[in-house]
Amino acid sequence: MEESPLSSRQIRRIILDQSKRAHVGHIGSALSIADIIAALYQNVLSTPDLDDPDRDRFILSKGHAVLAVYAALFLKGWLSEQSLNTYCADGTLLGVHPEHALRGVDFSTGSLGHGLSMGAGAALAARLQRSSRRVFVLVSDAECNEGSLWEAVMFAAHHGLSNLIAIVDLNGQQALGYTDQVLSLTPMAERWRAFGWDVHDVDGHDVKAITETIASLDTTSGPPHVLIAHTVFGRGVSYMERQIKWHYWPMSDSEYRRALDEIDATP
Amino acid sequence: MRGAFTRTLVELAEQDPRILLLTGDLGYTVLEPFAERFPDRFFNVGVAEQNMVGLATGLAEAGFIPFLYSIATFASLRPYEFIRNGPILHQFPVRIAGVGGGYEYGPAGATHHALEDVGVMRLQPGLTVIAPADHEQARAALLATWDLPGPVYLRLGKDDRTTIPGLDGRFELGRAQLIRGGADLLMITMGSVAIEVATAADALAAQGIRCTVMVVASVRPAPVEDLAEVMAGFRLALTVEAHYLEGGVGSLVSEVIAERGLR
Repeated sequence: MEESPLSSRQIRRIILDQSKRAHVGHIGSALSIADIIAALYQNVLSTPDLDDPDRDRFILSKGHAVLAVYAALFLKGWLSEQSLNTYCADGTLLGVHPEHALRGVDFSTGSLGHGLSMGAGAALAARLQRSSRRVFVLVSDAECNEGSLWEAVMFAAHHGLSNLIAIVDLNGQQALGYTDQVLSLTPMAERWRAFGWDVHDVDGHDVKAITETIASLDTTSGPPHVLIAHTVFGRGVSYMERQIKWHYWPMSDSEYRRALDEIDATP
Repeated sequence: MRGAFTRTLVELAEQDPRILLLTGDLGYTVLEPFAERFPDRFFNVGVAEQNMVGLATGLAEAGFIPFLYSIATFASLRPYEFIRNGPILHQFPVRIAGVGGGYEYGPAGATHHALEDVGVMRLQPGLTVIAPADHEQARAALLATWDLPGPVYLRLGKDDRTTIPGLDGRFELGRAQLIRGGADLLMITMGSVAIEVATAADALAAQGIRCTVMVVASVRPAPVEDLAEVMAGFRLALTVEAHYLEGGVGSLVSEVIAERGLR
């Protein structure tokens, strides 16, 4: 079967290439969301034009994984290869966290616990403007440590923001440890359900399942939706998977070659 | 000033459907005229100031002009980073109204005393900072700033009766207002405490001491030229404000003296 131009594999290749070229970390976090980003940008987001006011909005609240989004913007043809190759260089708009000044990025993020509030505001705006556009917010599981996130969770449920779809990247890890050891969030799905959200557990590496789950949501009435996306930190590179050090660590030459080989060998 | 705020906002909202009003569950007997006139454009978001600012950021991206209302400490300090990374970083037209600047919530205690709100807001690039001295000036300031493309912090007093003689509701961005003239002493003030300064100036005048009194309501953009010009005629400038010296009008005046090399 011919590979789609915007596949998880293509996103992962770019994550590895750019992280190596720029000699920076956050690789594991970006790999964790590669399939979610592939599903959103290939199948889900309605973006006839980047300036269309009625386009779906996407907020990467776990901003440190933005390299996966840059990869998707490049694969969609919205970002030139020349720009992509400025990732983390002096004077670039492509930093470790997304800047709204970059075409294709609706909101700047980087401080955790901020994105869902902005997303709830964007969803409320769509309703007030009688637009059918939807708002997607991708949060990390550790981000749910932030009390401000739950303020937004309460607001969205109270106001029935059915056009708001949160996705939790449940990889079980945070900067310094595993979430169950640092500040337990288990059971994640029950917590959101208790706050009145429509909750869906999904394999966060199954593009088809993510796509179909989102397609099944009623975004015109009812409660807001959340996909609890079960993911593996560093997915696709065996020596990075579930390893805390790959939150920050950059790759050596040999690590880069091995990672690329594994990505290319994955069916 | 808070009554003037609501009345003026209702008038503006009649003309412009982009205006919304959000409150962090404060404004009893203050916000009702807006809430009753525009129930679909009024949101009590609950006691959640961070979320209120985040919501406003999302609303402003879509073209709305959200006004946020809370007590000055809760409007400015609790969601400070959300203000920084939201309306300021994106340069969105969010308006943050903090009521009760200084000691206006006196008996409520230290948690309610806004003594650094102007200072922290002055630090943020691209944020307009307004501290009116009476309700007439508050109205004029709102009329002058509601449609600015960037964010605004509005420090409001609670008093809707007192008017400062000589101020006559004047306001202009980047300008200060002279409300008394006299060669013996210069007093520069900000906010509701200006009425005390005017009263003191009048009491001194009765003793033959003639004061110049300048009101700074457009804290940012700062009235640098007006301050420099008035201070050039005095050896001493006395600043009076319900705020810490650091960051407030005392700091602002010191900066102008230093930057202009005034003696």
